[in-house]
Amino acid sequence: MQSRLPDRHYTLPLAALVVVYLAAIFAGFLAPYDPSTQSRDLAFVPPTAVRWVDRSGAIHLRPFVYDGERPYPIRFLVRGAPYRIGRLFSSERHLFGVDAPAVLFLLGTDGFGRDQFSRLLYGARISLFAGPLGALLSVAFGIVLGGAAGFFGGWIDTIIMRAGELFLAVPWFYLLFAVRMALPLRIEPQEAFLMILSIVAVVGWARPARLIRGMVLSGKMRDYVTAARALGASNVQLLWRHVLPQVSGIALTQAALLAPQYILAEATLSFFGLGVGEPVPSWGNMLAVLQRYDVLSSYWWMFLPAGALLGVFLLYYLLADALHERVAALPG
Amino acid sequence: MLVGVSFLTFLLAAAAPGSFVDELRLDPRISPETIDAMRVRYGANDTVPGQYVRWLQSIARGEFGFSVVYNRPVGPLLWPRVRNTLILTVPAMLLSWLIALPLGTWSAGRKGSWLDRVSAGATTTLLGIPELLLGLGLLLVAVRTGYFPTGGMTSLNFEDLGAWQKVRDVMVHLVLPVTALTLVNLPVLVRHVRASVVDVVRARFIQAARASGVPERRLLFRHALRTAANPLISLFGLSLAGLLSASLVIETIMSWPGLGPLLLDAVGARDLHVVAAAVTCSTVLLIAGNLVADGLLYLADPRIRPERA
Repeated sequence: MQSRLPDRHYTLPLAALVVVYLAAIFAGFLAPYDPSTQSRDLAFVPPTAVRWVDRSGAIHLRPFVYDGERPYPIRFLVRGAPYRIGRLFSSERHLFGVDAPAVLFLLGTDGFGRDQFSRLLYGARISLFAGPLGALLSVAFGIVLGGAAGFFGGWIDTIIMRAGELFLAVPWFYLLFAVRMALPLRIEPQEAFLMILSIVAVVGWARPARLIRGMVLSGKMRDYVTAARALGASNVQLLWRHVLPQVSGIALTQAALLAPQYILAEATLSFFGLGVGEPVPSWGNMLAVLQRYDVLSSYWWMFLPAGALLGVFLLYYLLADALHERVAALPG
Repeated sequence: MLVGVSFLTFLLAAAAPGSFVDELRLDPRISPETIDAMRVRYGANDTVPGQYVRWLQSIARGEFGFSVVYNRPVGPLLWPRVRNTLILTVPAMLLSWLIALPLGTWSAGRKGSWLDRVSAGATTTLLGIPELLLGLGLLLVAVRTGYFPTGGMTSLNFEDLGAWQKVRDVMVHLVLPVTALTLVNLPVLVRHVRASVVDVVRARFIQAARASGVPERRLLFRHALRTAANPLISLFGLSLAGLLSASLVIETIMSWPGLGPLLLDAVGARDLHVVAAAVTCSTVLLIAGNLVADGLLYLADPRIRPERA
């Protein structure tokens, strides 16, 4: 195992994740339609076929789609529904699209005739960001609480660790829904996003806190920490400059491990109608229609968010694996 | 510990803004006086610690609080749900161990063989698939093939069936959820079994046994697996936590009337006592599982038994 180059290992999943996240950020530009525009007469339309060869056998230079008998070429940088990227930038240009009577549903439509491809991109904004941000937040909680517990010891340690045990004793999904109970039932999608962040952070702080407490316990015994203390460094200085840097590798690996779990938490909450609500798409609530028997059996493209979830999961696990190897390979 | 968990969940549930009566308030047919009377009857005007103490008292009576949605004590609602969850998780647990032990041991004994590589690939893939998607995938298989019922615990004509047919009916409904749970649990177990057996196989006494001509199979399953048993028994308790969590999702997707759907409905309806009782109950199951694991460990390993004077 030593012969492997650890750096190579994580550049690939990291690069792939960056691409996926960029796609999510620029969803407005990449998606041909607005995610909540409905066309009720086009419910559950299968993916539109993009062709180069028309019915008479002639090859077209531009890919096109049929609307009835007439071919419509796919145009690039077309004007369409307005969108914003972040709060700064708003535009009406989309990367591609077709002229009005024709439709371009790359991944089909859902029950309200909304474009799956656009919804998948917009949904990624919520699904992909809630997980990692939640993971960072709960690792941050873990660092603060676990660090304090390990560093100060005594009754602070006892209280924090007992509280942590309470959170670890409840099966994870049960705890998730119990915490969900503490928050109002019907809320705005933006608030829902923040809510999910706080839920997963509250649910998940205990495990990283434990790990970090252990690291800090052994870390504060190092000779150089004792030396710094003898030289008169304050507690805060000691923690910040000398003890916590030892923990950073573990914290990063924990965050990479927790992120997919939290992405799943968001998907599960939204799937059961307790997370991000319609009309804002998230991968979880897009999958929720599969609870209907007819949808489950007939419309395969409604499974695509599941595929997207799986892909992102795989990338995160690869990343966590690589990080773990790298941290383990570090001396000390 | 349990008191702590019950208090924590109760606190979370009680902190919920909005309560069951708020929904009723929207209904113009119900007068404000009735609602106030209900609030008094359910003790919604008490302080949170007061409510908690009352809830504990009702646990002592075996009622586990009062469900405002079903308008009856929680206890009778809870028991059949707990039973149904156990009907799912216990077979899934047994099945995954029965597969994981031989599979993990074999692949440890033949490190690097095709069997080892196939099982490593399969477990890694399964680990990456969350239970939500696994459940949906299996449902799809059920719908496409039509061999298995797609949800519920019993068929529509369940009441008319004879005793034997009833058992068969439930068994058929069990196939999918148990498969899903087994697949969730299996990869973790296989990996751990393999890792601990690999550790033991390197030991000197195994080499000695091999040198004295003990057949390989006997070597693995009799000598190595036994020595590796300790961490595996502890794993039993740990894997239970994952299994219970997965069970919540699988039960809900496959509409199996266990604890999971009860909890979800209660969260949706703001049914405070049901939420607190369901979460506490799942924790009790988890702790009971860990107790069983400790008991097994005690039986399996004389070293941890306290010395008798």
